[in-house]
Amino acid sequence: MAADTTSITASALPDPAQEAGGAWGFTRAQLGALGVLIVFLAVAPFMLYPVFLMKLLCFALFACAFNLLIGYVGLLSFGHAAYFGMGGYLAGHAAKVWGLTPELAIIVGAVTAGLLGTIAGWIAIRRQGIYFAMITLALAQMVYFFCVQAPFTGGEDGIQAIPRGSLFGVIPLDQDMTMYWLVAGIFLGAFLLIHRIIHSPYGQVLKSIRENEPRATSLGYRTDDYKLLAFILSATIAGTAGATKSIVFGIATLTDVHWSMSGEVVLMTLVGGLGTVFGPVIGAAVIVTMQNYLAEMGAWVTVIQGVIFVTCVLAFRRGLVGEIAAMLKVKL
Amino acid sequence: MSIQRRDLLAAGAVTALGGLPRARAQGTQTIRIGVITDMSGPYRDTTGPGSVVLTQQAVQDFLGGGRGFQVEVLQADHQNKPDVGANIARQWFDQGVDAVVDLPTSSVALAVNQIAREKNKVHLNSGAATSDLTGAQCSPNTVHWTYDTYMLAKSTGAAIVKTGGDSWFFITADYAFGHALERDTGNFVRAQGGRVLGNARYPFPATTDFSAFLLQAQASRAKVLGLANASTDTVNCIKGAREFGLHRSMKLAALLMGVVDVKSLGLESGQGLLLTESFYWDLNDRTRALTQRVRPKNQDRPPAMVPAGCYGATLHYLKSVADMGVAAAKASGVEAVNRMKAMPCDDDAFGQGTIRADGRKIHPGYLFEVKTPGESRNPWDLYKVVATTPGEEAFRPLAEGGCPLVRS
Repeated sequence: MAADTTSITASALPDPAQEAGGAWGFTRAQLGALGVLIVFLAVAPFMLYPVFLMKLLCFALFACAFNLLIGYVGLLSFGHAAYFGMGGYLAGHAAKVWGLTPELAIIVGAVTAGLLGTIAGWIAIRRQGIYFAMITLALAQMVYFFCVQAPFTGGEDGIQAIPRGSLFGVIPLDQDMTMYWLVAGIFLGAFLLIHRIIHSPYGQVLKSIRENEPRATSLGYRTDDYKLLAFILSATIAGTAGATKSIVFGIATLTDVHWSMSGEVVLMTLVGGLGTVFGPVIGAAVIVTMQNYLAEMGAWVTVIQGVIFVTCVLAFRRGLVGEIAAMLKVKL
Repeated sequence: MSIQRRDLLAAGAVTALGGLPRARAQGTQTIRIGVITDMSGPYRDTTGPGSVVLTQQAVQDFLGGGRGFQVEVLQADHQNKPDVGANIARQWFDQGVDAVVDLPTSSVALAVNQIAREKNKVHLNSGAATSDLTGAQCSPNTVHWTYDTYMLAKSTGAAIVKTGGDSWFFITADYAFGHALERDTGNFVRAQGGRVLGNARYPFPATTDFSAFLLQAQASRAKVLGLANASTDTVNCIKGAREFGLHRSMKLAALLMGVVDVKSLGLESGQGLLLTESFYWDLNDRTRALTQRVRPKNQDRPPAMVPAGCYGATLHYLKSVADMGVAAAKASGVEAVNRMKAMPCDDDAFGQGTIRADGRKIHPGYLFEVKTPGESRNPWDLYKVVATTPGEEAFRPLAEGGCPLVRS
């Protein structure tokens, strides 16, 4: 495991002394941050509004999934809303029309997003840079227009009144607190999974592709296969986030497949810090909190969001977490 | 009863800490009304700040004599996203808001409809068009006040055929809303003995050039061109139609358009246009009196239809609350709405009316023709009344809506 954590990324130069104290692929700083995160997850619902926290966690997971691609493989997908949204639609449809229990509905949503990611990824990874981004955007727009027209999505109205149901058919999720623990569980599970992926030998190859793809090829790695798998994993996790969101809120709509959602997740990841494990979580927290608590200010929300984006790009190139990590000379 | 931005920020900060507003609300008998509307999107001008002003005006008119309880008005922007709207409503209801008002955009309205029912609060809808709110998706917690797609289609379709426009061509936005408007209007046209000669459906969104569709319409030789779309698309179609000279051979009927759209379009392009609304500021002495009260607060504009609906609905809700007692009204949204249905309505915007068992507010629908620049006497003198459809005929009959509340 020690070998896994000594890789050097563009965002932060790790201090070997601190890394020695880490475990399970985490550096000591990351372990500390993870501890804070877990404590926050446990304490927050008693202090903050649980429904808001659930929304935050769904978006945090979505941003983490996106970060897996851009931060660790260097692929800028501009169509991640398609997987997030389709995951939500299918989970909603499964729970409402097929009457599945929530955990099965979420799995249906995740698998759908994964299949969609397989097709889109298979087409898109053949190109690099801006072409890759444009292909993912084009495919996502196709998904969007499919959702506008397809009968099962309800068009403009979306799928409404999706029942929360009972977990495994026994634990009713009507209470916000019960639902919260499930969402927190899903989030933490997927978050650790992403961390595991990044720090596996497979993840090391992904990073090598990010740094220098021709060299990775020359070392004998079939980079397309690696990139495709990363794309599918990212899409599946994004689908899980979307599916969870639609079960929480009882609604799946066009908002979640619209290209502006793809843009929002880029914003969250940038604000938090590309290629950091905790960055997307913080970025999502900042953006969602802003949207939620500044809703009364109407049109100013989008203006403030724009100002923050510009400030981030100009002043905090590495994002909030990236800057903090660089300041403390640790890896977060 | 005005709210400063600073108060809202403070409220936001308090909300973040949780729980506090609820305690305050219980202590001093305050009815809290939240206006959820479009403050930043395409419907800002027809709803948005105007809806907030008119809701506050209703509170002011109601509290004028002193009532023994307080009313607080909050506002939020749903950005036309159903999930954002549902989230705001859920949070507000959990934190002691008793009623939400306005909710333009059908998808948002239907989403909040579910939340209001789940939490047993009150949903006073003014801005949404969908007739499903009082049909398949009707709820005992909802009153749909101002208008709906059925009423627009009936008033515009049937009334125009009666005045001689018996052959139609539709330009339709190719999605559920456009299809519904076209279908409903077409049915009324046929029911009155008129004919639909054809239609052109354009991809929505993403169409900005309507010339091909307008030429198709012109070639059909229909007497009336029905525009089954909304906001900027409608305005673009009308401008295009003018450029192609369609207004010389056809009457233009906008199936969903408001006074603010006409104002921004201008009388030069808009003259002769036919459209339906249930409120116009210059209808009678009472609407003019209301306009006089509101105008200084409303950026010197007369109220539009949807804000007027917010006024009527809020006023009637507050009267019902006073009638049944604040504690009872806060305890059950269903009971509050039942009381609203039991009491006859009367306000300056819509006059006398009633609320049906399915939550539908009943009042007349007016078919207006946009004046020519020569006929207009002041900047907001835009309409003349062509036909009035009485309330009993304007809305879908109770039995045909398929509302489960009616069957029981």
